[in-house]
Amino acid sequence: MELTGAQALIKSLETEGVEVVFGLPGGAILPVYDPIIDSSIRHILVRHEQGAGHAAEGYAQATGRPGVAMVTSGPGATNIMTPLANAYMDSVPLVVVTGQVATTAIGTDAFQEVDTTGITAGVTKHNWLVTDAADIPRTVAEAFHVATTGRPGPVVIDLPKDVANATMRWYWDDEVDLPGYVLPGAPDPQVLEAAAELVAASRRPVCYVGGGVVKAGASEALARFVECTGMPVVTTLMARGAFPDSDRRCLGMPGMHGSYTAVTALQRADLLVAFGARFDDRVTGKVAAFAPGAKVIHVDVDRAELGKVRRPDVAIAADCRVAIEALTARLEARRQADPASLSPERLAPWWAQLDEWRRRFPLVYERDAEGPLKPQLVVERLREATPDDTILVAGVGQHQMWASQFWRFDHPRTWINSGGLGTMGYAVPAAIGAKVGRPDRMVWAIDGDGCFQMTAQELVTASAERIPVKVAILNNAYLGMVRQWQHMFYEERYSEVYLSPDLPDYVRWAEAMGCIGLRVSTPEEVTPAIEKANEIDDRPVVIDFRTDSMEQVFPMVPAGAANDDIVVHPSQVAPR
Amino acid sequence: MSAPAAAARHHLVTLRVENKAGVLARVASLFSRRGYNIYSLAVAPTDDERFSRIAVVVDVESAPLQQILDQIAKLVNVVEITELDPERAHVAELLLATVRRSPEGRRALEEAVAAAGATVVDESEDALTVLLAGAPEALDAFAAALAPHGIVEVQRTGRVGLPTLGGPGRGRPGG
Repeated sequence: MELTGAQALIKSLETEGVEVVFGLPGGAILPVYDPIIDSSIRHILVRHEQGAGHAAEGYAQATGRPGVAMVTSGPGATNIMTPLANAYMDSVPLVVVTGQVATTAIGTDAFQEVDTTGITAGVTKHNWLVTDAADIPRTVAEAFHVATTGRPGPVVIDLPKDVANATMRWYWDDEVDLPGYVLPGAPDPQVLEAAAELVAASRRPVCYVGGGVVKAGASEALARFVECTGMPVVTTLMARGAFPDSDRRCLGMPGMHGSYTAVTALQRADLLVAFGARFDDRVTGKVAAFAPGAKVIHVDVDRAELGKVRRPDVAIAADCRVAIEALTARLEARRQADPASLSPERLAPWWAQLDEWRRRFPLVYERDAEGPLKPQLVVERLREATPDDTILVAGVGQHQMWASQFWRFDHPRTWINSGGLGTMGYAVPAAIGAKVGRPDRMVWAIDGDGCFQMTAQELVTASAERIPVKVAILNNAYLGMVRQWQHMFYEERYSEVYLSPDLPDYVRWAEAMGCIGLRVSTPEEVTPAIEKANEIDDRPVVIDFRTDSMEQVFPMVPAGAANDDIVVHPSQVAPR
Repeated sequence: MSAPAAAARHHLVTLRVENKAGVLARVASLFSRRGYNIYSLAVAPTDDERFSRIAVVVDVESAPLQQILDQIAKLVNVVEITELDPERAHVAELLLATVRRSPEGRRALEEAVAAAGATVVDESEDALTVLLAGAPEALDAFAAALAPHGIVEVQRTGRVGLPTLGGPGRGRPGG
């Protein structure tokens, strides 16, 4: 069967099981947009290429399947750089197809030419410049394999226009031949035994769970591990929902804005069992002062993470699910051989300490305060008024931290946010992608007013494509997190952070984009507005919550400080 | 240039890479963005046309050697990595130098060339071009011996190396 390169690309995507592509056409990618008309693949036309990338990420985060985006050369490719970098940081499987100028024009500074493989090399797992149409099916198979296996991540296929127009003989081969791409095998039994020994010997262990557990689909394995060991769990920003918040063994989120108990448990632990976590600076604070008394078992599918920041006592390069199951099996065997070895009593003093911290330093805000609406109250009411399996999406900043702190996450893949790169504007397009991937679920974005202004145009996409996402803007009229840092570290010298609550008029803007727009200013209006939004299922809804500009995120470990220097809410007396 | 302390910091890592466009750029870009220092670099085809060999001398002060190797291993086009301990490897590079030849220094220059075992590849009335391949220290000593005569131009290649026989040179697949 003779196909054009463009037809071969679309057929390859279909063969890979792709159901939806987020994209925006342009000159160099034009040949590929013709066969899309006849394809079973749903194409969602975004309004900006950044939206295509983040929507594909939201789709991938919600479903566990790779997200696919397609853009043209030059500015199309550069506009999707931010999503690529975001997906690289957060290990999101993403396949991006970029148009490229004809091979004969490459290197001549042709119209809309950029060196796409060159500039994306640092923010992708791998990329390919296809120079022969016959290579297209093989390249697509390799791209999906690399994006989805091991530590997932973004890849780019750069397709010159003449290659898309050339003809090739169709073939498909599921086997990929990448001699330099080797996935880790099963964990070494001796290393597992060493890990089991440390777990059994510890008296103040903490299970430090990162996004790798979600990526590996290891939540059930983790639940059995925790059941077996009775160990407390902290879930990082990327792992919220990997272990249920409503389980009493969950201490919440560690890190810069983590709960006092989660942060302090890591600091006082004698053993960290890190599953799919990378000792990010927002978790460790000052590395030299992080968990000073703890031995470390570090499990990660990416060998380069083992020892990158903190030297592990036991390092296991393996898929998280495989490793957790194998470790749990060893511990179960130990317990059978010696029932006393993992008895709950061994951790009783530790739990008494943890419970004491939880009692003294819960997450708090001024619940009954007169005056402006508290953003945390909006998050709590939203959680109460929405189904248990609602997917929550956030941008970056104060609203993201409040969402992570005050939502109750009980299921994996119900929390989607930009963790590593900290990409403002992530929420709206990512929510759209999540809703496309999980149309059965309610999808809410909690967004900041600063973030919303960066990518709100994608609500036009949502309206046009009938993707009924819901957006709660916590509108405090400021770039709030920057304001908070200026408040705390720059003597309240507020530089370029004021945005105004009324400019733009978010309700009229939402309506101009085909959404329902609502505005809420008082606590009494919160739940009725959410319930009204929840009943609308034929178009997007935006609620402009006018929240307290002065509110700050607590606890907080100042940047570069040791976790022991955690600053709790002003209403809570510091322990020392 | 090659003080003992510096030599111990310099590990030779040889990479068998797929012979594809842009592979050298990927390796160089990885070193750059992770802040690893490259001391020298040599690239050449291998006897198998599907692969090339990149020999990199890395400065392990900039990052732990294992971390550098682990990050390189993630490059999809890198098929095999071999790390050579400088104590247990034969390491060589090549020096080409054009040196001034004056009537009064003629004999001393010839002696220096002969002592080093270098080859004269070109000569004129007032200059000599010599070639020496060997251990970096031998090249350093030779360059120092040439210096008093007046070096017009000197070029050195990146280092290449092989493990000593019976030694534990270790290779591992990339990925």
